[in-house]
Amino acid sequence: MKHRFNRRQFAFGVAATGAVLATSGSAGRVRAATPPIKIGSLLPRSGFEALIGQGCQRSVEIAKKLLPDLGYSFEVIDADTESKPEVARTQAEKLIRDGANILVGAFDSGQTFAIAQVAEQNGVPFVINIGSDPAITEQGYKYVFRNFPTSVMLGSNGLSRFNDLFKASGTTPKTAVLMHVNDTFGQSMLKGINALMPKLNLPFQIVETIAYDPQAKDLSIEVAKAKAAKADIQMVVTRLNDAILMTREMVKQKYEPMAIISPGSPGMYQTQYLKVLGKYAEYAITNVPWLDPKQPFAHTFEAAFKKTYPEEICDIDAGFTFEGILICADAYKRAGSTRPEALVEALKATNIKDRVMLGGAISFNEKGQNVNLPSACVQNRNGKPTVVLPAENAELKPVFPVPGWSQRT
Amino acid sequence: MLYLNIIVAGLLTGAVYGLMALGLSVIFGVIRVVNFAHGEMMVVGMYAAYLVATKTGLDPVAALPLVAGGLFVLGYALQRGLINRYVARPEHEQFLLLLAIATVITASLLMGFGPDARNVQLDYAYDSYQFGPLLLDKVRVLAALGAVVGVAALWAFFRLTRTGKAIRACADNQFGAEVVGLDVKRLYAVTFGIGAACVGAAGCLMLLLIDVQPYIATDYTLLAFIIVILGGLGSMPGALLGGLLVGVSEALSGFVIEPSLKSAFSFALLILVLLVRPQGLLGRA
Repeated sequence: MKHRFNRRQFAFGVAATGAVLATSGSAGRVRAATPPIKIGSLLPRSGFEALIGQGCQRSVEIAKKLLPDLGYSFEVIDADTESKPEVARTQAEKLIRDGANILVGAFDSGQTFAIAQVAEQNGVPFVINIGSDPAITEQGYKYVFRNFPTSVMLGSNGLSRFNDLFKASGTTPKTAVLMHVNDTFGQSMLKGINALMPKLNLPFQIVETIAYDPQAKDLSIEVAKAKAAKADIQMVVTRLNDAILMTREMVKQKYEPMAIISPGSPGMYQTQYLKVLGKYAEYAITNVPWLDPKQPFAHTFEAAFKKTYPEEICDIDAGFTFEGILICADAYKRAGSTRPEALVEALKATNIKDRVMLGGAISFNEKGQNVNLPSACVQNRNGKPTVVLPAENAELKPVFPVPGWSQRT
Repeated sequence: MLYLNIIVAGLLTGAVYGLMALGLSVIFGVIRVVNFAHGEMMVVGMYAAYLVATKTGLDPVAALPLVAGGLFVLGYALQRGLINRYVARPEHEQFLLLLAIATVITASLLMGFGPDARNVQLDYAYDSYQFGPLLLDKVRVLAALGAVVGVAALWAFFRLTRTGKAIRACADNQFGAEVVGLDVKRLYAVTFGIGAACVGAAGCLMLLLIDVQPYIATDYTLLAFIIVILGGLGSMPGALLGGLLVGVSEALSGFVIEPSLKSAFSFALLILVLLVRPQGLLGRA
């Protein structure tokens, strides 16, 4: 039997379809408007790490602007750890009392440890943006996830890039001086370097190891000692201010090794280093995880970052802090619930392919550690840290040995 | 020759340390108040020199009289308006007051300038003088010369001027000074002003050597204490000697033993001096 629509039936049908579509549309909006997850962000925004904490905070602000447009629903409650583990602990407890469903932070291993304990005791998931002490993910914690390399990974990945650099440049140094900051990070890096050097078949020998105070205001003696060793390269594990002091002293004392290379520490790629030292900051090399120049999402993030903070460098701290918020928001999106158990299950199943940092998809092993975090060889070029290795991700070719201080313009 | 380089570098840095500690010694020697905001005042001097340099292009060394003058006024006002009320009070109350002032200064600097390390870009920042194998950092030489001139000027002020002599009279015998009609409160304020000016001048010179951040103050307060206790609390030549000793001992221990033990060596020296000569090397028993 043939059924033919008359005009009235057709009009009714159109209206009914429209109503259904409208309803589904409003349902969609209702889904988008479900209460956002509360992410408690803990960063050292004051105290001796304030400079870096404030830098990380910039990425949190970018995440607040950028991620909602990509369908992530969240709000961030900001907290300041004041660069102190005991404050980090109390702030984490306060955030949980204030309703934070998930925590993210905290740049420093000591503070991160304190927060991890609070998170575990309270059964609240905690995503580590930056914090490299291997012990954090060796405690058997169920609620702690880290998207940052351990100091062992940093050292190993960073050191393995040395051979790539020597191969790419065709120059092989024979000796090195190791200057390192004498704090928890510096000591763990030192242990890692000493343990890995023989295994990685590096062609040079460390002829002098110089440890210095992390609060040092003058490194003239340390640099004089390094110069006296007459080594081919200056290997360094620094923070920011000491990296500036060290380079400045090297220029003054006319100490010109083949290059200054860090196997994976902050300092030489940071805005302040480049701004303060100008031409003398050029060619410094740091082997660290970095934003992947070949990832479209990295370009989106960097463009948003540069638009808001044109004077700042979008660096490793910025990238990992942004990814920290992304991981939290992504877990909630997939879990569809703020229940800690649901969030933990979602975090375990994390598989974020569109990321900003170099490496494969973001995922976590059974210990909550992301192991897809290779280091790039990042060299300061034309006032900007630039990926020069691995070749497939590089923007420029590496320069090694680097020009002497007086040859720079 | 390497050792000579190290010792000379230590002496040059020590001279600036000496000037910085001099302010603390002057204030304690006369008013008998321990200035726990000393490092913070130096940092104020550094920021003042930074501001002058960035706004007017004036070199921190050239800005020294201006900054020292500004710090003098600040110190004078602080003593006249606040600290003077605490001079006769118990020491722990003085301690709390000055600690509060230190906290207010650091917090204000953080609010005003943020946590970023700041420095002044100088044309000669990377220059050095070469005398055969002896390599002298130009900035350090300038800073040390400035410190020596500052110490000499202060010495001349206390020895040759009426106000300087009056201040010394106050330091020797406050009651006697009041009896002969000296305005002790004003002289105390002048003394605190001079102490602040000293530390302001040291701030200008330190800006040549290090970057300024609000949080570096505590380290320098502690360093100033080590120096003045080494040299003798209240002794001006002692402060300079203490500064030079700390500078050289830091340099030598850093080079010969272990750089990260530099500060520990300064403290060891302090303990040694306290054991052998509790009043300090040039202090009065």
